[in-house]
Amino acid sequence: MTLNLRGSAAILKNELTRFFRTAFGSIVSPVLTTSLYFIVFGAAIGGRIQEIDGVSYGAFIVPGLLMLTLLSESTSNASFGIYMPKFTGAIYELLSAPVGVAETLIGFVGAAALKSLIIAAIILVTALFFVDYTIAHPLFALGYVVLVAAAFSLFGFVLGLWADGFERLQIVPMLILTPLTFLGGTFYSIDMLAEPWRTVAQLNPIFYLINGLRWTFTGTSDVPIGVAFGMTLAFVVICIAIIAYIFRTGWRLRE
Amino acid sequence: MVRDIADPILEIRGLQKTYPNGPTALGGVDLSIRKGEIFALLGPNGAGKTTLIGSVCGLVNPTGGTISAFGHDLARDWRRVRSRIGLVPQELSFDMFDKVIRQVRYSRGLFGLPNDEARIEEVLRSLSLWDKRDEPIRKLSGGMKRRVMIAKALAHDPDLLFLDEPTAGVDVELRRDMWDQIGALRDRGTTIILTTHYIEEAEEMADRVGVINKGRILLVDDKAAIMAKLGRTEAHFTLAAPLDSLPDAIAHYPVVLEQGGFRLTYRGGDGTGKGKREVAELAQDLVRAGIAYTGLETAESTLEEIFVGLLNEQEKAA
Repeated sequence: MTLNLRGSAAILKNELTRFFRTAFGSIVSPVLTTSLYFIVFGAAIGGRIQEIDGVSYGAFIVPGLLMLTLLSESTSNASFGIYMPKFTGAIYELLSAPVGVAETLIGFVGAAALKSLIIAAIILVTALFFVDYTIAHPLFALGYVVLVAAAFSLFGFVLGLWADGFERLQIVPMLILTPLTFLGGTFYSIDMLAEPWRTVAQLNPIFYLINGLRWTFTGTSDVPIGVAFGMTLAFVVICIAIIAYIFRTGWRLRE
Repeated sequence: MVRDIADPILEIRGLQKTYPNGPTALGGVDLSIRKGEIFALLGPNGAGKTTLIGSVCGLVNPTGGTISAFGHDLARDWRRVRSRIGLVPQELSFDMFDKVIRQVRYSRGLFGLPNDEARIEEVLRSLSLWDKRDEPIRKLSGGMKRRVMIAKALAHDPDLLFLDEPTAGVDVELRRDMWDQIGALRDRGTTIILTTHYIEEAEEMADRVGVINKGRILLVDDKAAIMAKLGRTEAHFTLAAPLDSLPDAIAHYPVVLEQGGFRLTYRGGDGTGKGKREVAELAQDLVRAGIAYTGLETAESTLEEIFVGLLNEQEKAA
């Protein structure tokens, strides 16, 4: 028997239903948070900061904030998506159904990525109200955003499988992801940093993601786009490998 | 012990499950299930019933043995096999905030079938859930929630249905209702395997019964044959005056004199209530024979005691 794509569709639909059931909180809160960043850093403070590589500070932080939202939304959507059935016990149905790794990932990760893309789109529109920005390479931008959403939804899925409590579910985004995103150049170019921090910043994988996305927006970047793209792709492959291993061994899923 | 069944719908051979640094949950289980029957897996808590079901349904990774269903090996053809198996676990577990009908549709889709509103309606109606179809599940009563679990398991028209303790923690009325539902499913041709730790439930529902304890199947047989072996009533008559020997009038009962003739003890009966009937008859016979007694205590053996007895008998036979 081939892939059970109806199973994937059922999971995807079920996850999106859950998302729209809580649409108010799911959409309003990230939009509000990001708007606050735009107001404070883009409009209020940004006006007093000089241009970076010929781009106004407000426009400079748009891709950074977009990445911040994409990373946190993708991770939390996917981790909650798979953690909740584990928590309620409803996972039994998934395990007993004719769905394998591929179907499960298409369903859960697809839904999580789709949700964060919807939110990303809303945020880009919101940003228009606060700062003037243009997208230099729209097709690259779209492709890159989709890839990052998929990568971090996969990462969130791994996190949700690994977590055995709500605390663990939140600790990784809070203690690792958010700091790395802030330090990865959401609000600054690493040219602004003095050594040794400039070198240290380049050890942060999220630095490459943000700069990759920034290139698609402004045409300038601290790193070559190929490197950024390669890093994201490598991340996707690693996550899928981990998930495939988990499903094969049943770790944290099957007794 | 295991009789070979021609063309079984489910065939389990040497199934083992040992938890890492833990106990052996299944110690080499052999079991064949006939198409169209209701099979009751009877055993006390912790006997391995849920582990056995979980191994077939994909919730547990067995550490040894083979499982095949519908003529396909489960390990190799798992997609094909699983698409025809339904599971109703013991715990109520679903998205409580979702609506009844949507959860049932979801289950059907998950098992790879195209949506079929007519079939969904039929399933919901058969479980008296149609009027509640748009209610969030959390608003339903406990019994209704359990029916939602069944509806989800039936949404993909499984040929083989597992019910794990369908009536555990359920009141008497609902239990009767659940039995009727299970009977109706069998009438439609679904093969059903249920677990229970109530002898009465196995007696009421099953065509065949398998007795499981400590991860081993002790015996499998037709219900009537099993019931004759199960259940034991013990009754102690405290006599007003001691007897030297058993009077002829009661000699045909399984009775013995104890405590210097002051106590008459009955040990007998089976899972069909024969023990209680015999004790009542014995009491009348005692009165007729003019043997006075000042006290009467009766007790039914627990399932655990019966199983220990069965195990001892088997060891003696071996």
